[in-house]
Amino acid sequence: MQPEVTVSEPKRRVWRDWLASHPEALSLLALLVLCVAMLFISDRFFTWENLSNVARQVSINAIIATGMTIVILTGGIDLSVGAVMALSMTLAAGSMLAGLPVWLGVLVGLGTGVAFGALNGLLIAYARLPAIIVTLATMEIPRGVALFYTGGYPQSGLPEPFAWLGRGAVLGIQMPILIMAAVFAAAWVLLARFPAGRYFYGLGGNEEAVRLSGVRVERYKLLAYILSGLTAAIGGLVLSSRLMSGQPNAGIGFELDAIAAVVLGGTAIAGGRGSIVGTLIGAFTLGVLNNGLNLMGVSPYTQKVLKGLIILLAIYVGSYKRPR
Amino acid sequence: MKSGGPSGLHGPADPGPPSARAPLPDPLLELRGITKHFGGVAALHAVDLTLHRGRILALLGENGAGKSTLMKILSGVYRANAGSIRFEGREVVFRGPVDAHALGIAIIHQEFSLVPHLDVAENIFLGRERVNRVGACARREMRQEAQVVLDRLGTHIPVNAPVAQLSVAEQQFVEIAKALLRENRVLIMDEPTATLTPLETERLFRVIRDLKAAGVSVVFISHHLEEIFALADEVVCLRDGRVVGAGPVEECSRDSLIRWMVGRDVNHAYPPKADAPPGESVLEVRCLQRKPRLPEVAFTVRAGEILGIAGLVGSGRTKMIRALIGADRAHRHEVDRRGVRVKIASPADARRAGIGLVPEDRKQQGLVPDASVAANILLAHLRQVCHPRWRFVDRVAAAELVRGHLRALAVKTNSPQQPVRTLSGGNQQKVVLARALSPECRILILDEPTRGIDVGAKAEIHRLMRELTTRGFAVIMISSELPEVIGLSDRVMVMRRQRIERIFERGEPITAELIMTYATGGHRV
Repeated sequence: MQPEVTVSEPKRRVWRDWLASHPEALSLLALLVLCVAMLFISDRFFTWENLSNVARQVSINAIIATGMTIVILTGGIDLSVGAVMALSMTLAAGSMLAGLPVWLGVLVGLGTGVAFGALNGLLIAYARLPAIIVTLATMEIPRGVALFYTGGYPQSGLPEPFAWLGRGAVLGIQMPILIMAAVFAAAWVLLARFPAGRYFYGLGGNEEAVRLSGVRVERYKLLAYILSGLTAAIGGLVLSSRLMSGQPNAGIGFELDAIAAVVLGGTAIAGGRGSIVGTLIGAFTLGVLNNGLNLMGVSPYTQKVLKGLIILLAIYVGSYKRPR
Repeated sequence: MKSGGPSGLHGPADPGPPSARAPLPDPLLELRGITKHFGGVAALHAVDLTLHRGRILALLGENGAGKSTLMKILSGVYRANAGSIRFEGREVVFRGPVDAHALGIAIIHQEFSLVPHLDVAENIFLGRERVNRVGACARREMRQEAQVVLDRLGTHIPVNAPVAQLSVAEQQFVEIAKALLRENRVLIMDEPTATLTPLETERLFRVIRDLKAAGVSVVFISHHLEEIFALADEVVCLRDGRVVGAGPVEECSRDSLIRWMVGRDVNHAYPPKADAPPGESVLEVRCLQRKPRLPEVAFTVRAGEILGIAGLVGSGRTKMIRALIGADRAHRHEVDRRGVRVKIASPADARRAGIGLVPEDRKQQGLVPDASVAANILLAHLRQVCHPRWRFVDRVAAAELVRGHLRALAVKTNSPQQPVRTLSGGNQQKVVLARALSPECRILILDEPTRGIDVGAKAEIHRLMRELTTRGFAVIMISSELPEVIGLSDRVMVMRRQRIERIFERGEPITAELIMTYATGGHRV
């Protein structure tokens, strides 16, 4: 038996511990506060039409942010997602325009994402280069290829069936929202219920511990970047279908929105701690904020300033630490 | 790695070692001529080691002797440059920890290899998750099994708590549970008792003896000779990367082991205690209260004395000191320095008040491991070596100051530019000490100053501490080693449950039993 009983402050300790292991709780609170504020600001906010618009606008960023969550959990970062997205959509559009069937075009797009994710992963996990530098470089390469391949012009005139991906609906719910839900569900199950998910957390928390436990850590790092490339490609295809064209200049700055969603969702930027649910909340927070500022008629320039300030505020509150 | 099918190589009953002392079971693991270089530095020279089935082998040696390197080779973390490893008579090659795991060789590392935000069960099963039919984690099953292992260790750690919320000793038990869970043939433990209380250590020993009875072979690394005598069957001693002594534990004496370790007879005596009358009181802690409902503590430290602080792990010694020097926030902090109230809200304030700290954890709190010895020492002395007018760092003066410290503390280093992490534990500790001794420092606090340090360096650190008191320093030492507390301190303070339970003044008889009585609350029974 343990003779020592530590002097504890039961209630506060329990709350703190709970908050420490559920960082998304604060994010959810922030989102709810924001929504309540919106109710007062605009009577158009809480309409089915507006809310489903918000969800659709959020979907692409949210899809990309799922892969980003995984990468950030491992202690890495993926700056290349916006560029990979652009290349995926232009190559997919290009192959459909060249006469390939739609499903094959979609596969080309997804394959592009996987390939660039694998390139990132190989360089980071096996060549042991720092993630921020590798993905800074691979932020340039796919964009360059996309511009070269298209000559800088959007490729429009995609086959009609492709529109279903971005504009279709099932049971009255728009496809982008359904795709987002599917991607999140898959990521949630992977992270919470599969060994690979535990390794992603472990890599960010204490990589050496995972390695010494006999896990081939390189494989899981590689997998994390592949998944990030894949979600970037899915995001690209949805956008491409909504625009019915492949845009070499699409996705500029999307990596920052994705990172913002992840961090707003309470995931530690250094990795090891966070949740996929948090990321969904984070993405919606950004979406509601955008939507609200638009409804209020705030100028896009002012919006950028406000968004930045609100992200800082949210992260300051979210990083609430035990007093030293 | 190739599994090569069932071994079928249970050869004739041929005892491994040529020595014909007692009949030993078959050698399970044989290391022959293991040599390992790091860059140009040889860490191991042709080391031989034989481990028998169901035996406990104690591996002994000063820090830097090569014990950890040898164990890392045995567990597949490092690859040897030369030599062979035979497992059950077959030669094996480990290309990574995975290969060693596959043979049932598990290691409990000295540094914790736990993932802070995964829970206890997830950490215990890391790398060998139980999965259901679709490949997802079988969480209930893992938690139940984890609970069984922890119960066996006699601990009450909740299996679903994140490891980050556990105490150090609890983390150590999780680490041990992690290794126990596997069907091990060989279990390597690198100083597993360093953070445990005597009671917890005894519990661990019971588990190790059970494992031995079940036929598991154990390699046990420890600095504590009494633990070796209590537990081990055989002893192997390394010094400077070579085996300098080996044999059954019955044939070893305390003195012979120490001789092996240091290669000379060490005078185990502590430096003589202060004979001068106690100096003026330099630090009076009138009231220190960390949090509103915790006990208040008060004590005084005088110039020229060593005040030892004893107590069990978790008794609040380190936390009290951290609050005292402003590293953590204190609810009430009333401290007089030479009769004048001082406000200490940060370690910078403490330093200005002349308080220096040698923290508990060298790697995490004491050093910048990848920076050079010189850079580590200079960290606290930069103002001193700045150009008087232009305020840039005067490199000549800096080098001179570093040389002075290295000489004064007899730090063994190839060059001041050597990364500090490449030094042995004892020399690293001296570097921390050099840094703590800023020019304004008059009160030096050392938290577990000799933890994980070999016998020779330990004696040197003790001598340095005593020398400081003769120069008028006040020294406060937290230590979990009772002989050290008793042998070195002029006065001893015993803490229990965040409270000062007793202060033994000069001249009072102090024994280990007395201290333990107060530390465990035995005097209240």
